[in-house]
Amino acid sequence: MRLKNCFEQLQASNRKALIPYVLAGDPPGQTINVMHQLVASGADMIELGFPFSDPVADGPVIAHAHERAVSQGVTLTDVFAMVSEFRQTDNVTPIILMGYLNPVEIMGNERFVEMAADAGVDGVLMVDLPPEAAGELHGMLQERGLDMIKLITPTTSDERIKKICSVASGYLYYVSLKGVTGAATLDTVEVAERVNHIRQFTDVPVCVGFGIRDGESAAAISRTADGVIAGSVLVSELAKFATEGQAVVERVGEKMTEMRSAMDSLQDK
Amino acid sequence: MVDQKKSDVLFTGHYDQPDLMGHFGRFGGRFVAETLMGALEDLDNTWRELWQDKAFQADFDRDLADFVGRPSPLYLAERWTNERGGAKIYLKREDLNHTGAHKINHAVGQALLAKHMGKTRIIAETGAGQHGVASATVAARLGLECVVYMGAKDVKRQALNVYRMKLLGATVIPVETGSQTLKDAINEALRDWVARPEDTFYLLGTVCGPSPYPEMVRNLQSIIGREARQQIMAKEGKLPDALVACVGGGSNAMGLFHEFIKDTSVKLYGVEAGGHGVHTDKHAARMSSGRPGVLQGARTYLMTDEHGQITESHSVSAGLDYPGVGPEHSYLKDIGRAEYPTATDDEALDAFRKLTRLEGIMPALETAHALAYVDKLAPTMDKDQIIICNLSGRGDKDIHTVAEIDGLDGFEG
Repeated sequence: MRLKNCFEQLQASNRKALIPYVLAGDPPGQTINVMHQLVASGADMIELGFPFSDPVADGPVIAHAHERAVSQGVTLTDVFAMVSEFRQTDNVTPIILMGYLNPVEIMGNERFVEMAADAGVDGVLMVDLPPEAAGELHGMLQERGLDMIKLITPTTSDERIKKICSVASGYLYYVSLKGVTGAATLDTVEVAERVNHIRQFTDVPVCVGFGIRDGESAAAISRTADGVIAGSVLVSELAKFATEGQAVVERVGEKMTEMRSAMDSLQDK
Repeated sequence: MVDQKKSDVLFTGHYDQPDLMGHFGRFGGRFVAETLMGALEDLDNTWRELWQDKAFQADFDRDLADFVGRPSPLYLAERWTNERGGAKIYLKREDLNHTGAHKINHAVGQALLAKHMGKTRIIAETGAGQHGVASATVAARLGLECVVYMGAKDVKRQALNVYRMKLLGATVIPVETGSQTLKDAINEALRDWVARPEDTFYLLGTVCGPSPYPEMVRNLQSIIGREARQQIMAKEGKLPDALVACVGGGSNAMGLFHEFIKDTSVKLYGVEAGGHGVHTDKHAARMSSGRPGVLQGARTYLMTDEHGQITESHSVSAGLDYPGVGPEHSYLKDIGRAEYPTATDDEALDAFRKLTRLEGIMPALETAHALAYVDKLAPTMDKDQIIICNLSGRGDKDIHTVAEIDGLDGFEG
């Protein structure tokens, strides 16, 4: 319900969602502080990545974060503990877990969904689980009231968009660029066309990620999308200032503030 | 959810795997990000159309004959057979193919597909370098740009093949992430493909990865088994009793096995790398010590820890040093149709030396794992029984590694 409420409130106040992505456990011991700071700096919801040894859809910035977190031994159980702790002081901000299938397979779908729901997770985005194969997990998530977030890309056919929309809830994640996370710059006109095209098939909010690195690009995307997702730019700040304690939390907060104010100033016009 | 239970159905002689979605029972499938789905669907459609197309088959057959040099001989290893005193040992000589291994079979086939699809750039991953060399070779022949991803650790231990690829005009990109071996090379190739699907063909080198690769590579390699069947019928007038092949991803093994799956009298043995021994943490025995999971697009047996992180494999041979395995092998194991024993680094090295001295054939270290198992298996069988072992590649590329193990530090390969 947190996710649905969040989008309803945003819509009521004519604002767009700002959705940061960070990887749980990178840098070590800072994730919960970082999450609270992101919210304080204007994030509406958080995509929390869980580490995997072979993050094949990610570019070097996020892939290296996975590598660091895996080498620190950060497990799914640890990630659930982080969410639980975050929930002790924030019971409003939606959290979407994002990651790859193998850790979930090894844990077992049933236990994964159980622990996610108990910890206070609101949605799950499995990068390498196509809608054709998502049946069992999707059913279990629905039973516990969790949303299954799905990806749509520039090359997704209309036939597939329909298939994806039929299982998606929460929001749809439109990948604005061909390639891995952290790739090149984006064409905002083309993105706008695609987002409008996708809307024909669904009422689920469409959020856009990949290629958003500053206030300007966040604002440009927020003209058409229901939400803006920023990942690599934050993960890269976290890596750069990893050893500087509280400073790393502040840096990532500044990035968030920059995007929030650029988006809101556009909305106010 | 995958648990540890075996498939409900055991093998009864009927075989029509995979289904249209690329599932071999509970294994296989297409577990990739949506970003790759478009490219895989295009490939799947083209592949299915061409595999039924007579003109494509004729082109493929001609290339296998005139460019690869097929059929490859089926050779009776007489001195070795006599030394073991058991079953007759035949070697299917894929090492005599152009470029020195079975990899060229599927490379030629996939190159025809790439050309048909109008692609101008080929990418490939490689472990031992044999698939990289095969890809660079077909790319050179068609005048296509070729980029080969290779784990930095493998670049060092397969220096000869790296230089061969460069001479053929390919760009070899050392991959510094993860374990710096085959698995990481596949990750990088997939990342490359996602970014440039329009002009790039991913020439995957084994029966792993998302559908349709496991089925496509198997079918393109199945010429090995079809020839072996004809050859053994001509020489012996009966089917073999056992087939033996090494299994990294498992392409040479599937190529030999496929034609014989329905013949239940023919035992199938896929030999995995036992490294320092399966009781240690340095091996690549996915079948005997791994568990089902999802890696690089397919559900299959994997080396993974209890948290779902892929663990590092080890083998003296780069081509077997991979924590996953082709999903069809996982299926054949579960239905009890094939067995997957292991051979250690030391056993493989012994077999390498033995074949070189007894038969005058220097095998690849990957192949030597299969030979090591044949060495154990033959004496347990009768003299009128027959083993066919796939001699999947030649050993020139490994001379440096063997020389180093022999303590010849100054040897420059």
